[in-house]
Amino acid sequence: MHDDDPGKPHDPRLERIRAWLSQARFYAEEVYSSRYRGAIARARRDEDDLFMLLVFSEMMGVPNPAAYYTLELQPLLLERFHDWHRRMGMEHSPLDHFRCC
Amino acid sequence: MSATILLIIGLAAMAAGYFLYGKFIAEKIYRLDPDFRTPAHEFEDGVDFVPTNRFVLWGHHFTSVAGAAPIVGPAIAVIWGWLPAFLWVVLGTIFFAGVHDFGAIWASVRNRAKSVGALTGDVVGKRARSIFMIVIFLVLLMVNAVFAVVIAGLMMNFPSSVVPVWGAILVALVVGQLIYRRKISLPMVSVIGVIALYALIGIGPSVPLEMPEQVGALSGNAVWILILFAYAAVASLLPVWVLLQPRDYINGLQLFVGLIILYGAIVIFNPPMVAPAVNGNVPEGTPSLLPLLFVTIACGAISGFHGLVSSGTTSKQLSKETDAHFVGYFGAVGEGMLALAAILVASAGFASLADWEAMYTAFGAGGVNAFVEGGAFIIASGLGLPEATAATLLTVMAALFAGTTMDTGLRLQRYIFQEWGEIYGQAWMKKPAVATLLAVGSCLLLAFGAGGADGTGGMIIWPLFGTTNQLLAGLTLLVITVMLVRRRRPMWYTLAPLCFVLVMTIAALLLQLRTFFNDGNYFLLFLDLVVLVAAILVAMECSAALKRARAEMAEQLT
Repeated sequence: MHDDDPGKPHDPRLERIRAWLSQARFYAEEVYSSRYRGAIARARRDEDDLFMLLVFSEMMGVPNPAAYYTLELQPLLLERFHDWHRRMGMEHSPLDHFRCC
Repeated sequence: MSATILLIIGLAAMAAGYFLYGKFIAEKIYRLDPDFRTPAHEFEDGVDFVPTNRFVLWGHHFTSVAGAAPIVGPAIAVIWGWLPAFLWVVLGTIFFAGVHDFGAIWASVRNRAKSVGALTGDVVGKRARSIFMIVIFLVLLMVNAVFAVVIAGLMMNFPSSVVPVWGAILVALVVGQLIYRRKISLPMVSVIGVIALYALIGIGPSVPLEMPEQVGALSGNAVWILILFAYAAVASLLPVWVLLQPRDYINGLQLFVGLIILYGAIVIFNPPMVAPAVNGNVPEGTPSLLPLLFVTIACGAISGFHGLVSSGTTSKQLSKETDAHFVGYFGAVGEGMLALAAILVASAGFASLADWEAMYTAFGAGGVNAFVEGGAFIIASGLGLPEATAATLLTVMAALFAGTTMDTGLRLQRYIFQEWGEIYGQAWMKKPAVATLLAVGSCLLLAFGAGGADGTGGMIIWPLFGTTNQLLAGLTLLVITVMLVRRRRPMWYTLAPLCFVLVMTIAALLLQLRTFFNDGNYFLLFLDLVVLVAAILVAMECSAALKRARAEMAEQLT
């Protein structure tokens, strides 16, 4: 058994193996994700956009049965609102009483 | 001649190409600047633009460009003897592919990481951009059709590979889920995935799944082609992380394992080159070596497809401009190594010349089957693996590469259809399912239209695929050359390959035009004409763009 006393230095071989493993993990993860990072981020953004529409739907005249709950989320999503309406092809905020630009 | 000696000559030449010629191009022609702020830093967003370690970037660049094409092309081309194929792959890698792939990264990095398509519009002109889009569509169309035919042929010839090939897709699905849902460490998942894949390969020969020669009105081959397209259509509609990403990763591991096994087996077994150096006794109907060799081997010597990868994802992640030499040029060398291995096994992996000739009975007959059988023979003799297992291993490797390319290709084709829907205001065409069906339909038309109802003749389009791929390379080289002229640098290092590729492509298209006409294959005749028109337009664009660029330069001087 390895002695876990923090005062004693760890087995340098074990440390080396651990360092090597974490290096291998870093490289493997980079190789795995680097090529598809963009595609996955875009897919995620598409889902988020739909979510934005749900949250702000009541304000745009689309009845939303869960409005009571989504209202709570609006302040949290405020930061993303400007990017969202720009992405949806609207130069300015589509909501009269909700100007962000 | 011993295969090992040829292997050493080839590797030494490519290494010299990288260290001497590549370095010269980097320093004197592209003049890479270590202090240049690359787009990865300038527009860093954690998504598309991410400065990436150069070894990681090389790994993902290399695995993106290397696939089934550098195996199939050289394995077909050894029908003219191994020497022409060997010379074209080695010299092509050094003077063509290296400069082209490396140049595409450089051109893109110097232009805010734009893709070659966009660069063609900016640097050469709007017209050239339209040609570029058409050529890309043709390349995708042909690559999907050809690869479906290749995989179907493999499944028919090597029934032991059916279980591992489809099982590998299952493994990839599980790997994808483990990583995203369970958050298990990737090295662990890689080890499990690779073990599962090789276990499947191990049991493959004991559970062969044979497709009957005739299923109803269709041949077995045609049924496989239909199944493959049905699968590819579904796969290309799935989110990338579900299947494409894990499968690509496993393919990458497979690529390295496969290369090590092949090279190791060749060195240990050291077989003689059974095939003739130059085949004076080619089967009847084989087209002339000049110019067909230069379009039969596209990937592995020079391939326009690499420019798309170089300027697509690679240029957005390049951390230092000087890394482009390693990532681009050495990526091409990696692909050259794969092509070299394909040449060696397809010409040394046979017991006698008669065996080899029995495989190469007609143009396009050897191909990937020769690679699998020759490779299995060498691996069995060199490493002592049972020949059936070795054949399954190589079949799975080739089929997985081709399958992933089909998935990606069909996806890209779908985007093109959707874009056309957008441009021409056709809302129905913008739907992913409809666009995918259109893409699959056009590929099926080609796969069956080219070779009749059984789909076996689909390999006739292989050289045609090569020509479109070379045209794409020509357009990329044109962009680089115009950039060099505007910077008052020597242009011959890119202009000479450009002229060579264009001349060979046009000559090959003309030659094939006659063959298709004589055979009465009007479908391919039409396709050949379309590519020929594109090729001539590209050639005219080249001369016009270069004249314009030189005139601009002369004006500035006065």
